[in-house]
Amino acid sequence: MSNVTDAKPQATAVPASGLKKFWADFSESRLALFALAVFSTILFIALFAPWISPTNPYDLGSVDIMNSRLPPGSEDFAGNVYWLGTDGAGRDMLSSIFYGLRVSLGVGAFSGIVAMAIGATIGLAAAYFGGRLETIIMRIVDIQLSFPSILMALIILAIFGKGVDKTIIALVLVQWAYYARTARASALVEKNKEYVEAAQCLALSDRRIILSHIMPNCLAPMIVVGTLQTAHAISLEATLSFLGLGLPITEPSLGLLIGNGFEYMYTGDFWISIFPGVALLITIVSINLVGDQLRDIFNPRLQK
Amino acid sequence: MTAFILRRSLQSLIVLFVMSLLVFGGVNMVGDPVDMLISPEADQMEIDRVIRDLGLDRPVTEQYWYFLVNAFKGELGRSFIFGEPALKLIIQRMPATMELALFSLLLAVVFGIPLGVYAGLKPEGKLSRTIMAGSILGFSMPTFWVGILLIMFFSVNLGWFPSTGRGETATYFGMTSSIFTADGLSHLFLPAFNLALFKLSSVIRLARAGTREVILQDYIKFARAKGVQESRVIRVHLLKNIMIPIVTVIGLEFGSLIAFSTVTETVFAWPGMGKLIIDSIYNLDRPIIVAYLMIIVLIFVTLNLVVDILYSFLDPRVRIKGAK
Repeated sequence: MSNVTDAKPQATAVPASGLKKFWADFSESRLALFALAVFSTILFIALFAPWISPTNPYDLGSVDIMNSRLPPGSEDFAGNVYWLGTDGAGRDMLSSIFYGLRVSLGVGAFSGIVAMAIGATIGLAAAYFGGRLETIIMRIVDIQLSFPSILMALIILAIFGKGVDKTIIALVLVQWAYYARTARASALVEKNKEYVEAAQCLALSDRRIILSHIMPNCLAPMIVVGTLQTAHAISLEATLSFLGLGLPITEPSLGLLIGNGFEYMYTGDFWISIFPGVALLITIVSINLVGDQLRDIFNPRLQK
Repeated sequence: MTAFILRRSLQSLIVLFVMSLLVFGGVNMVGDPVDMLISPEADQMEIDRVIRDLGLDRPVTEQYWYFLVNAFKGELGRSFIFGEPALKLIIQRMPATMELALFSLLLAVVFGIPLGVYAGLKPEGKLSRTIMAGSILGFSMPTFWVGILLIMFFSVNLGWFPSTGRGETATYFGMTSSIFTADGLSHLFLPAFNLALFKLSSVIRLARAGTREVILQDYIKFARAKGVQESRVIRVHLLKNIMIPIVTVIGLEFGSLIAFSTVTETVFAWPGMGKLIIDSIYNLDRPIIVAYLMIIVLIFVTLNLVVDILYSFLDPRVRIKGAK
């Protein structure tokens, strides 16, 4: 720790040097840096899939059933090379994976953001107002966390059927409790600090104190949980889609691609199932590694 | 103590009640319950009869009451596909799921503890690093995809293990199980390993963390100084002390094995209740869906209640805090 922070122990906002320090801390782990680079690449692919994919796998005009189940690296009559092979309908696997990443990351990140917004609001309110409200909220959180997430999602999707909207709702309902618990834990520490008291003396509204005073100081643990939870959500969505309960066939995520390839496993056409799985694994592992490093940085016990 | 148990039991009842509301509400509000609960092939007379039997011509509150009463009697409707009571079908499939979950738990403990202890004793070793990297992978890899990989390598390419079904079962001591026959065991191994992988990773991590903590304690140093054999130090002084958190987590997470078995059972076509529910969702066999959800919630609520009460026996702090 430098003298700067010792001199101003109350400094809570992140100044420019804070960002620099954050980056220095983060890049201490080569593995985390590598993971971040991998994840950035994946994010880039997901965002720009329609422009960088060799073909559009969902444009019926460009898909030829004659090209179905070509092994990786093969070439069709028109001279197109399928680096990762083609699936049962003749779609290029590489392009399918690019588009699938888009769906998987989109659903995972969107549900994560919604769950974080809802969970953080509930958790912060519970900590700030305390009393009976807090007891009831935290009891609900405890009960929900005692059920495995796959079971909660299964119950919701079994009742309401599949679909993009329903999958997102299921993922949000599964995740909000984690965010609520994290937000409450850090808000409990913050709410007794002097700056909150000062804000209360200024007769600021509760809403304003919670949102613009307490929340920014609870962000660090929220970001850590958010990173790890997003990886979890992507994995869960893939599982649900593989089981045929999550996304519809019109929104093929990585899980659906793997599921589609599953039937070809027994005939030895491994690439249809394996490559989307590798893409999924790389995504999840890179997010987890970045999340682990963030957790180490923000963990006060590990700070030098 | 009694107050604590009463409180927790009451809470479990409330959870069950809320879940029954959710399931009942889901079936009745989202779609037409006539479509949901009556086979599409039924004729008008059959439809009228079932509507009367299920009380679908009555007000919703009254219907919910009937649903609860019937659920207590174990009457959760008949399967459209099998034509048998849904509850009976699920209970028939339950032993296969329990067998899979228990065997996975066994695998996780038998392999996880030695690997974790080793990694804890030699944290800088190459093998330890490999073990820990493996456990990170085990945490990150989605269960269904690992299952596919296992089938590809061990069934399709190597042909060592069969990839679907439960194999031959035999009955001993009133228990029908695959573990009693060689064929059954060979069918059980891959799915059980698949299901165990996640748990195996957490047992490894717990065992490693516990070992690193306990190995620094004075009683270990003393035992070594006294000249106790290293194998005995590990077996008696170390293992006993790292087991508490491991046993807790295993107990707590047994339920999650049952939940995740839906995935493994689907991949390996294992005839348990997890496969039954997924098949039923495909076939829109709604009585089974409703019955499964109610039963799995009941299992979970009971498991959590039992674990909470056991906890309060082991740790008085929980009891005092919970009774307030």
